Amino acid sequence: MAEPMVVVDNLHVVYRVYGAGRDRGTAATALMRMVRRQRRASIREVHAIRGISFVAYRGDAVGVIGRNGSGKSTLLRAIAGLLPAEEGGGVYTDGHAALLGVNAALLEDLTGAKNITLGCLAMGMPPREVKQRFQAIADFSGVGDFVNLPMKTYSTGMGSRLRFAIASAKHQNILLIDEALATGDAQFRVRSQERIEELREEAGTVFLVAHNLRHVEETCNRVIWLERGEIVRMGEDVSGIIDEYVEASGGEPVVRDRALT
Amino acid sequence: MQQPDSSRLSGPGSLQTDVSPAIDRAGLPEDAGLPEDAGLPDEPLAEFAIDHGLKLSSARPPAVEYLRQLWQRRHFISGLATALNVSMYTEARLGQLWQVLTPLLNVAVYFLVFGELLHTSRGVPDYLPFLVTGVFVYNFTQRSFIIASRVMNDSLPLIRVLHFPRASLPLGYVLIELQQLVVSLGVLVIIVLVSGEPLSWYWLLAIPALILQALFNAGGGLIMARWGAGFDDVSQLMPFIMRTWMYVSGVLFSIQSLALIHGGLLARHPRLAAALQVNPAAVFITLVRNAILASQRLNQPGAAPYNAHRCGLYASFPDNHSYVTFSKFCHPVISEPGLWWLGVGWALAAIIIGFFYFWSAETRYGRG
Repeated sequence: MAEPMVVVDNLHVVYRVYGAGRDRGTAATALMRMVRRQRRASIREVHAIRGISFVAYRGDAVGVIGRNGSGKSTLLRAIAGLLPAEEGGGVYTDGHAALLGVNAALLEDLTGAKNITLGCLAMGMPPREVKQRFQAIADFSGVGDFVNLPMKTYSTGMGSRLRFAIASAKHQNILLIDEALATGDAQFRVRSQERIEELREEAGTVFLVAHNLRHVEETCNRVIWLERGEIVRMGEDVSGIIDEYVEASGGEPVVRDRALT
Repeated sequence: MQQPDSSRLSGPGSLQTDVSPAIDRAGLPEDAGLPEDAGLPDEPLAEFAIDHGLKLSSARPPAVEYLRQLWQRRHFISGLATALNVSMYTEARLGQLWQVLTPLLNVAVYFLVFGELLHTSRGVPDYLPFLVTGVFVYNFTQRSFIIASRVMNDSLPLIRVLHFPRASLPLGYVLIELQQLVVSLGVLVIIVLVSGEPLSWYWLLAIPALILQALFNAGGGLIMARWGAGFDDVSQLMPFIMRTWMYVSGVLFSIQSLALIHGGLLARHPRLAAALQVNPAAVFITLVRNAILASQRLNQPGAAPYNAHRCGLYASFPDNHSYVTFSKFCHPVISEPGLWWLGVGWALAAIIIGFFYFWSAETRYGRG
C-alpha cells in the first residue's frame, strides 16, 4: 500500500468570531463591557468543518470542490497547521505543508527578486542554492522585467504566479493550492499543471481547491466534495463526482475538451 | 469560501451558526456523507498516522529544535532586515538620509525644549553630547519595541504562506534597528568630536554595552511581538508607554545628578532614584555615556574619593561652573561595575524569558 502523507482524523474546526452579535463595537459598548467585566463582545461560534476523516497518499493530487462557504479553504488551512483543530481530532502530516492562497502577498514593498530570495531563505534553503535556483524561479513565474519592481505594482495574476513559483521551488512534501492558479493566464495554467504533475512524481501530495472544475478534472486523481463542512462524496471517480456535484448545485455540465491535456 | 483577509479573528460569514448540526440536504444525493470508497484503514486514524511517522500539523517544535531552526534561518533574518531597511525609505525623496535626519531632528527638538527652555541640563557638565547619546541609545530600544509589537500583524501574509520559525520576524526587525543604530552612531561620533570630546580607548566599551542592549531589545521585542499579536490594543498603547519610559530613564536629564541636587524630588526619595537607575534603559544609556563621554565618565559619582564638603557644594550649586564637576566626590547609587552586572542581567533575563514566551505561542501566530 502507498505511504500516507496526510491523515485527517475526525477534524472539527470552529471559528470563534468576536463582536459578531448585536454588540456593535462602539466605544460606549466597549466601556460597558469593561465595567460589567465581560470578556469580549459576544462570541459567535461558526462550525466550519464538522468531523472530516480521510487519508491522502504519496503521489495523490486531491481536488477539493464545493460551494462557497462549504469549508474548502478552512480544510486546507487546517492541513497547513494554521488553524487549531477541536479536541478529539486532528491533522497529521509528513513534514510541513505549504499553503498557497489568493490573498497571500508576501512582502509587498519589496521587489519580486527580493521576494524570491527571502521566500526561499524563509523556507530554509541555503543561500548558495537560492542563488543557483533564482533564475529558474524568475523564469518560471514569467513576470519578466517586473521582477525588479515592488510586488505591490504587480497585477493579481502576476502576484499569484510569483508566489506559486516560490512555493513550488523547494521540494515540498505537501503543497496546498487554494484558488491560487485561478488568476493566471492560460499559458501559466499549463505550466503550473506540469509543475503539479512533477511534484506528484517527486512523491509529493498536492491539494487543489478550485472553482474551475475542468482544472480539477485535468489535474487531480482524487476528489473530495464538501458541503457545509461535511464530506458528501470522495473518491477516485473524479469526473463522476464532479458531474454529480454540478447536477446537485444546478450548474452547467462540464464541457470535456481534452485539447489542453 | 472567502479567505479571511487581514482580520485575525473572523470566519466565513455565510455559514449558519445553529447549534444542532442539522444540515439542509436539499439537492444533495441521498447517501451524502457516507463515502464508500474513502479507503480508510481499519485501525484508528490517529494510531495509523503515528505508525507511519506522521506528526500533528499544528505541533510546536521543542525549544532546542526551534533554536536550531532559527539558526538555520539566520540568512533569512539578516536578508529580511537589509531588504526592509533599504525599502523603508524608497518613497521618500531624501531616501536613506532620513536614517540620519530623524534622530538629528529629535535631538534638535529636545535640546531646544528641555535643554534651553525647561533647563533639565542642571548639573550636567556637557549637555549636548549627553543628550545626543541618550536620545540615540534610547531610540534603539524604543523603535525595536514599537516595531516588534506590530510585526506579527503586519506580516500575516508571509506567516500564512510560508513555514518558518516565527521568531525570525521580530528578530529581523530588531536587526534593522541595530543597523540604523550603527548609522546613528556615525553621526553621534561626529557630534561628540566636534563638541570637543577627546578620542579615547574607552569608546570601545560602547560596543559590549550596545551588544547587551541589542540582546535586551531582541528579548523584549519577542515579548512585545507576542503581546501585539494577541491584542491590537498593544500597538496602540506602545508609543505612550515608550514615551513615559523615556522620561523616567534619564534620556533628557541626569538621574544621578538629580539624586544629589538638594531640594529635588529624587534627592528626597533615594529609593525612587535607585529604581530609576536600575531600569534597563537607564543602565544601557549610562553605560554608553560613560564609555563615549569623558565628562560623564570622569564626573560620575564615585569617580573620585568621597569628599563630603565638595559633594555638598555640587548638591547646593549644580549650575555653578566651578562646582559642576564635583559630582565625582559624591557616593554613587550604583557603581560602574554594578551597572555592567545589571546590563548583563537585564540582557540575559530578557532574551531567555522572551524566547520561551514567544516560542510557547508559536503555533498560534497568524491563525484565525
